[in-house]
Amino acid sequence: MPFSRYLRDRKTRGYAIQAVVLAVILLGGTWLILNAAENLRRAGIASGFAFLDKPAGFEISFKLIDFSARSTYGRAFFVGLTNTLLVASLGIVFATVLGFVVGVARLSRNWLLSRLAAAYIGTIRNIPLMLQLMFWYIAMLTPLPLPRNALNLADLFFLSNRGLFMPRPAPLDDFWPVAAAIVAGLAAAIAYALWTRGHWRRTGRRLPLLWPVLALVVLPAAVVRLIGGPALDFDIPKLAGFNFAGGIRIPPEFLALWLALTLYSGGFIAETVRAGINAVAHGQVEAARALGLPAGPTMRRIVIPQAMRVIIPPMTSQYLNLLKNSSLAVIVGFPDLVAVFAGSTLNQTGQSIETLSITMAVFLTISLAISALMNWYNRRVALVER
Amino acid sequence: MTDRFFLREAAEPVLPAPRTTVGAAGWLRTNLFFSGWGALVTVIAVALAVAIFLPLVDWAIIQAHWTGETRAACLDAEGKKAFGACWAFIEVRFSTLMYGFYPVDERWRVNLFAGLTLAALVLPSLLSGLGRIWGTRFLALAVLFPLGWLLLHGGVLGLPMVETSKWGGLMLTLIIAGSGMVCSFPLGILLALGRRSELPVIRTASIVFIEVVRGVPLVTVLFMASVMLPLFLPNGVTIDKLMRAIVGVSLFTAAYVAEVMRGGLQAIPKGQYEAAQAIGLSYWRQMRLVILPQAMRIVIPGILNTYIGLLKDTTLVAVIGLVDLIGIIAAATADPAWLGFATEGYVFVGLLFWVLCYGMSRYGLRLEYTLAKATRR
Repeated sequence: MPFSRYLRDRKTRGYAIQAVVLAVILLGGTWLILNAAENLRRAGIASGFAFLDKPAGFEISFKLIDFSARSTYGRAFFVGLTNTLLVASLGIVFATVLGFVVGVARLSRNWLLSRLAAAYIGTIRNIPLMLQLMFWYIAMLTPLPLPRNALNLADLFFLSNRGLFMPRPAPLDDFWPVAAAIVAGLAAAIAYALWTRGHWRRTGRRLPLLWPVLALVVLPAAVVRLIGGPALDFDIPKLAGFNFAGGIRIPPEFLALWLALTLYSGGFIAETVRAGINAVAHGQVEAARALGLPAGPTMRRIVIPQAMRVIIPPMTSQYLNLLKNSSLAVIVGFPDLVAVFAGSTLNQTGQSIETLSITMAVFLTISLAISALMNWYNRRVALVER
Repeated sequence: MTDRFFLREAAEPVLPAPRTTVGAAGWLRTNLFFSGWGALVTVIAVALAVAIFLPLVDWAIIQAHWTGETRAACLDAEGKKAFGACWAFIEVRFSTLMYGFYPVDERWRVNLFAGLTLAALVLPSLLSGLGRIWGTRFLALAVLFPLGWLLLHGGVLGLPMVETSKWGGLMLTLIIAGSGMVCSFPLGILLALGRRSELPVIRTASIVFIEVVRGVPLVTVLFMASVMLPLFLPNGVTIDKLMRAIVGVSLFTAAYVAEVMRGGLQAIPKGQYEAAQAIGLSYWRQMRLVILPQAMRIVIPGILNTYIGLLKDTTLVAVIGLVDLIGIIAAATADPAWLGFATEGYVFVGLLFWVLCYGMSRYGLRLEYTLAKATRR
């Protein structure tokens, strides 16, 4: 076969192209790595992950796990990670609720309600999140009054420029028996609810659900509480000097980030929900009405389950966006993973390659995990066709 | 006999619609007070609307301070900050918000570039019908942006050099967003084609790139571009900070464009690919002549959405120390001469972004409608 035939042969050409691309990737990668090694040697930075065991030397203002300046960089990583997960999960829960409410309001027959929802969606979605975050933090939360003039709700919640103070539940001696009773009651209630559902399927008869469940949850705990003593006390914040003492303090950075993430993603989720509900054929609603189903069950049992199929894939990407957007914490100085690890740790150690790769790997892992979970759920609710 | 018959000779007059469904009262009844609960919801919504909009209008328009050269214009008799927006602050800072710290005498270059870009966007639609104009516009922009760099940065043809560190404000925001759009588009198409390629090496490389980039926040990509990139370059080679930001933003957006594009490619029926092969076109001609023109019609609205996201995301470059609109506003509100007017600053910049993004999304809707004409029967 002459050489020119080889050039035109699809298979040969495929191999050639791939070989070239592979070579470019490998050579380019090697070149970059050699450069990096040279630069690191010049700057006197030892590469590797040994720095994770060294003391960090900085304080972190908001932490869910113990941390002090003597703790290691590795520990700082976990503080940042838990903070990111906390703000992202709180954001996801509240944004979902807000999004569903606004999305349904947008479809309401009530003209004014629908317009209000549209105005909210149209405003929120067209302004950068970062700007909204800075607006809440700098323009709204920072100018709040000093603690002694704090906005006061029922002498329990106090909002000032130091953040939101609220009562902290403080378990007393008898807390654990009562807690155990509540958990046991909940388990029994769930078992009962599942059993009545099976009974309903088998016999077509529905057993009472609400009262037995309430009784199962409340009664054991109440009995234990009466035999023993009080289980729970609340530590209520009090003004002491220039600040509040006691209670739980939620710093303004966290409030601003949580508020901005919730409101922003809420707007996007509302559009997703609206599109999902609109995607359900109107004949479905009419058929349900023709069968005599009232409006509530029509929505709950006919429209929403079908809308969920359409809603779930874009909803997943909204959740992932929210998680990724939580990295904007670095703007307001909330110590999330990016601020603590790709910020403070990177600046102190100079280990930019290691810290950035770890940070990106964490986001990548969580992203892949959430999308795997949502894909699994999506397959479960997906329409089974022939 | 005649009265046994009834022959209608003229049409009966049309009865008016029921009184409850026409006019203002009818509209109110069908849209606001259609049931007891509906009425209750309406009352709550009215209360909500009044509670939000009245103070807003009062603050932003009625009690606003429109003119003035100094902070004193927005203070009350006791020297405290008065209620009402201080738009005088925006007026004083307006040119900085638009051009950043670009030298005043050289700003005609920015205006010229803006004019050329606008012409490149508008002229093609005057010259030809819709079908091909996005290609023309894109080519025009692809030529214009490198030229724009020479014009704005200077140092050639007797133009004084203006360092990119002096660029800022809306100008910088639009330059980053525009360059990001121009660069990410072809890159995104290549990645999308790569992801659907039969060659395993190319497919794997595309998938890894797309999924990794989509899985991490833009902030980390920008950190990488600003902190890590210099490490990977040979000693002594530096890349301009703005360039690094543009590279980061473009790579990031390309991954999203690729996914939108993949959707379009998947929507093209297999017969089209087979037909293109059957008439003996090479791979690139199959794509260029048959597949991409059809796919483009499907994906343009989606790509425009991605670009709206890109425009909003450019605000993140403030993290790596570029003074875009946000950077200017942050600097301006920290100026002791104008302390305490952060709200006005953020509201104004928010409004600016809102106008840009809302305009783009309306245009996207119109485009979607126009493009759908081709398949509408």
